[in-house]
Amino acid sequence: MKAIITVIGKDTVGILAKVSDACAKADVNIVEVTQSVLQDMFAMVMLVEIDKANIAFDQLKSNLDEVGTATKTKIHIMHEDIFNAMHKIDNDF
Amino acid sequence: MLETKDILETINMIDNENLDVRTITMGISLLDCIDEDIDKACTKIYDKMMRSAKDLVKTGEDIEKEYGIPIINKRISVTPIGMVAAPCQSKNVVKFAYTLDKAAKELGVNFVGGYSALVQKGFASGDYALIESIPQALAETDFVCSSVNIGSTKAGINMDAVKMMGKIVKQASEATADRNCIGAAKLVVFCNAPEDNPFMAGAFHGVGESDTVINVGVSGPGVVRAALAKGGEGKNITEIADMVKKTAFKITRMGQLVAKEASRRLCVPSGIVDLSLAPTPAVGDSVAYILEEMGLEVCGCHGTTAALALLNDAVKKGGVMASSHVGGLSGAFIPVTEDAGMIHAAETGYLDITKLESMTAVCSVGLDMIVVPGDITPEVISAIIADEAAIGMVNSKTTAVRLIPAIGKKAGEELNFGGLLGRGPVMPVRNGSPEIFIHRGGRIPAPLQALKN
Repeated sequence: MKAIITVIGKDTVGILAKVSDACAKADVNIVEVTQSVLQDMFAMVMLVEIDKANIAFDQLKSNLDEVGTATKTKIHIMHEDIFNAMHKIDNDF
Repeated sequence: MLETKDILETINMIDNENLDVRTITMGISLLDCIDEDIDKACTKIYDKMMRSAKDLVKTGEDIEKEYGIPIINKRISVTPIGMVAAPCQSKNVVKFAYTLDKAAKELGVNFVGGYSALVQKGFASGDYALIESIPQALAETDFVCSSVNIGSTKAGINMDAVKMMGKIVKQASEATADRNCIGAAKLVVFCNAPEDNPFMAGAFHGVGESDTVINVGVSGPGVVRAALAKGGEGKNITEIADMVKKTAFKITRMGQLVAKEASRRLCVPSGIVDLSLAPTPAVGDSVAYILEEMGLEVCGCHGTTAALALLNDAVKKGGVMASSHVGGLSGAFIPVTEDAGMIHAAETGYLDITKLESMTAVCSVGLDMIVVPGDITPEVISAIIADEAAIGMVNSKTTAVRLIPAIGKKAGEELNFGGLLGRGPVMPVRNGSPEIFIHRGGRIPAPLQALKN
């Protein structure tokens, strides 16, 4: 299963590193990363594979929440299908 | 890969615009629980509910976490108890309500609907006793919801039942006068009741449905309003309708995904997605504000009916493409006490019961959550029900009445339920007595629209 991690907030040094670190520790493979900085607002979207994760989805979510608190950003992790359902018309999910 | 702006749009809808799945409702047939002995029937009902819905709440919570979509309610609808009670000679029909309530509490669901009777053409065995017991059932249980279908386009309107329901609505309110008349808020009187509706208080599991089924109700008035606020300025009405359609499509796709996933995990067939804009008292989650965003100064002014007609239709058109099976009530709800914009319009005198009645001709339900003076007579309640049922019957649409007579209060005072049911001013009703008309009884014949075969 693939999930999407989004990080939204004020740009500071090391956000990408901290999120990647949380993923690596959980054996979550990062497939793709896009990021944009608009003025000083930072928005990063990561597509990750969580099939081989060594912790439960819940735990991963709360780990990422901690990173969010530490970096003063808002981090979501959600199943990829929710976005496919909403934004792609020819998707059978 | 998905586009960043699409991903951020979805997250913004959930975080800031109150997008949610309003309910996952499991329909459970109780036809195999029917027994002459009411106690045996109750045991079978309890066992079946506990067996069928044991994983409902947990599955809902799991999906909520994984997909990041709030799923506000997990509910159950059952076969109309009037049918289940048919062979029981017992006077104690209310035992069924206790059973439903007990199972609901143990399963952790928010509501169970189906303490209901379908009497559009006449009363069958069990129906009369069930309707008589509604005020007691709603007063002595917490989670049981009740509905009575008194008319349909095919059958006409059962005026004996209309007369009876005026009395029952008043009694339901009186029996819970010490709890903000909450009894009447759990009772809906329908014309053309849908059999697969996941929303309360009118949900029941129709007899044509499969043994168990998962129906999902999506919501999102806030998302539609925000879409119009962001991109609606200077647009003409055709463009506004297109914006509503596109937004409704996205919302419904999310509901369809949840319905499919819940159905897969629970091994229960997926029934329908009900794509309704269901407001909550939270600021920003209001259908009235959508109408105002279209350019009305306040909900209730002239133009409101046209704007609501556009909204109701565009929501359906956007939704049907997004889901394999659309059903239930699908459209825009206008429950006064549950909608911040409607409350404001009613308090400031822009919205009255007659304007609401005309709005119900084009919305998806009817006169919903309207607080009326406590001294209203049962005949006037019956007459309001008859008017509303006539609109539904002639227009081949569902209409419903959920009035709350505020016992001990007069027009202008306020009734506050708190929570999702909200609060609202007591609205005056029209003067003049419909008493003789209501006491005639009988049946309004089915309209010409019924003769389609």
